[in-house]
Amino acid sequence: MNHPSPSSPHEPATPGRGTRLDPWFDSYAERTHGMRASEIRALFSVANRPEVVSLAGGMPFLAGLPMDVVAEVTDRLLRERGTVALQYGSGQGDVALREQITTVMAEEAIASHPDDVVVTTGSQQALDLVTRIFVDPGDVVVAEAPSYVGALGVFRAYQADVVHVPMDDDGLVPEALEATLTRLESEGRRVKLLYTVPNFHNPGGTTLSLERRPAIVAIARRHGVLILEDNPYGLLGFDGDVLPALQTYDPEGVVYLGSFSKTFAPGYRVGWALAPHAIRERLVLASESAILCPSNMSQMSISAYLATCDWRGQVKQYREQYRERRDATLGALAEFLPDARWTVPAGGFYTWLTLPEGLDAQAMLPRAVTELVAYVPGTAFYADGTGHRHIRLSYCYPTPERIEEGVRRLANVVNDELDLVRMFGTAGDSQVSGTINPGPNQA
Amino acid sequence: MTSPRTSTQQNDLEVLILAGGLSHERDVSIRSGRRVADALRSSGMSAHVHDVDGDLLAYLQQTRPDVVWPILHGSTGEDGSVRDVLDLVGVPYVGTDAAGSRLSWSKPVAKTLLQQAGASTPRFTTLPQTLFRELGTRGVLERVLEVLGLPLVVKPASGGSALGVTVVREATALPRAMVACFAYGDEALIEQHIDGVEVAVSVVDLGDGPQALPSVEIVTDGAYDFDARYNPGRSEYFVPGRLTEVQELAASELAVLAHRVLGLRHLSRTDMIVDADGVAWVLDINVAPGMTETSLFPQAAEASGYGVEELYATLVRRAAAG
Repeated sequence: MNHPSPSSPHEPATPGRGTRLDPWFDSYAERTHGMRASEIRALFSVANRPEVVSLAGGMPFLAGLPMDVVAEVTDRLLRERGTVALQYGSGQGDVALREQITTVMAEEAIASHPDDVVVTTGSQQALDLVTRIFVDPGDVVVAEAPSYVGALGVFRAYQADVVHVPMDDDGLVPEALEATLTRLESEGRRVKLLYTVPNFHNPGGTTLSLERRPAIVAIARRHGVLILEDNPYGLLGFDGDVLPALQTYDPEGVVYLGSFSKTFAPGYRVGWALAPHAIRERLVLASESAILCPSNMSQMSISAYLATCDWRGQVKQYREQYRERRDATLGALAEFLPDARWTVPAGGFYTWLTLPEGLDAQAMLPRAVTELVAYVPGTAFYADGTGHRHIRLSYCYPTPERIEEGVRRLANVVNDELDLVRMFGTAGDSQVSGTINPGPNQA
Repeated sequence: MTSPRTSTQQNDLEVLILAGGLSHERDVSIRSGRRVADALRSSGMSAHVHDVDGDLLAYLQQTRPDVVWPILHGSTGEDGSVRDVLDLVGVPYVGTDAAGSRLSWSKPVAKTLLQQAGASTPRFTTLPQTLFRELGTRGVLERVLEVLGLPLVVKPASGGSALGVTVVREATALPRAMVACFAYGDEALIEQHIDGVEVAVSVVDLGDGPQALPSVEIVTDGAYDFDARYNPGRSEYFVPGRLTEVQELAASELAVLAHRVLGLRHLSRTDMIVDADGVAWVLDINVAPGMTETSLFPQAAEASGYGVEELYATLVRRAAAG
């Protein structure tokens, strides 16, 4: 095999020629050029230390799971069906689980058939597959402003041009969507997807109102844009009400993504896509070429859990735990950060903070880490490098007491930074930075 | 060069590598620590990596390693405090003692001492955040610009990995650079920017006094910032640097001078700029140089003919011998 350059790591460079410590540097695909380590990502390494109150990670509170029950289910599965569980499986996913997934989706008023479900390695893979089969480089993906950082990473990887559309407290603004799609059409741009998280938005914490749902679907249909509805948190509404999925308004115009990561556990990496049949066929073929098949072990574990355990009771317990944490967060914000603004999530994991004018949450992060509190800067959730005034706070993992302490520390950081910014008069400086990828634990 | 030799060739030593900590450079430290552990294991030594946390003292007293190697970047790892604790525990360690670490950790102190010893260093001033509270910002920054001119480099007075560092080319950018710097620490070092070749010279003392390893020249498209340091491919390295014989000698002498003046032990790395006139300007001295896949010390070690495995093992044996 011929290597393109003699410069392997730590190999002394030849005279007159340096080494880049990567002999393949000139071989990478263009779409990887934005993939870089960053100091922001490195700072999150500190967030994993127990001294730090991390309000950054979107990690479910797994201590709330009955681990002995899960262990028993797994033990029985391996003893009784181990040779199947550890074998290759179907590319589309285990049929028994797909049937159970239709039952889970029925909780959100979705009528579906197991044949239209494609099981994936987390809904993140479904996001990747849908983008892979629809998006060519330069195509436009319309997404909320802000938008889920993991989705932005996928769109970037396929060289899509992400155009953000504003949200308010009732979610995506229909008039703004209409105007954006009309403008893009007039510019001759090809819009392939509308990516949206309608329930308990990540990172926005908002929920698309019932009134807006049919309007959003109608606008997308009128402009011929497929909706990619990402709904990992739909069952985690604190008042127990479940709004109808966008998919229910137009099953042919929506690919719906679901996940067990938030309602059960993310370690299994099991999600799914519900898609119109023609799209489903392509998703299955694309998935087989990517991974052959999703993990049988994970699928069968979840299937056994759904069949033998009170999963609805577990979801209810999660809701109560997350509600308590949400309340602790909002209470602490009101007490310690009265000059900031934040969204009031009715479910899910996140609230979206707007800092006082002039602050840059990304630039402030090192100070926060020094003060032993971590968050994800708003810039992570915009494809265009804006969002400096914003912070995503995750309340899903720390205890209410730790949340209160974390917000108290954050308030000190914000006040110190505000003093500094005022002192140096930098509040009016324009702020745009490159994209950042905070890593899987923080997504 | 011949292989390093010390009085003992013991390879069955138990080495505890300290990596991690709570500093902004935790991630870099962990990566460095793992690389050194791998290299020592390849030499037949037993190497474990441990974080600096509440378990450390008990772990040290329980396991009594033959040698500790603190590969901690930033704050307690480089400011001497962890090394003070190692002295209190009475365990030998690789690298500079607490006193030398303290001198090197403060860039203004290290630059001043080196200036007094005859070294060239960019003209600088050190301004704590509290001073601006007392005097206001405008007058002070205007004076800085008048005296030091542009371009300037604003950086935290302590710390590494280019965190919080900004090259300021226009006066209007100075206030934001100060804010970015103070996010990492309470004291800012503002120094004249010197145009020239960016060079790092590592120094080791294997028993015969400090000796410089071949220089490493860094070429980046833009600043040698965090991204350029830790993303393979972003920077191009020349080892040895493309310096004339006279310049290479000057760079080596400067690094050895820094090692001696600051009272450093076993290993160090001095970062400098060699300008068009061949003058080597010292910027920073590191008692815990990075040891990651893209770091400069390992590149110099490989180019020296020692190789990282033998060099690291020799440093451990030196520390064990006391």
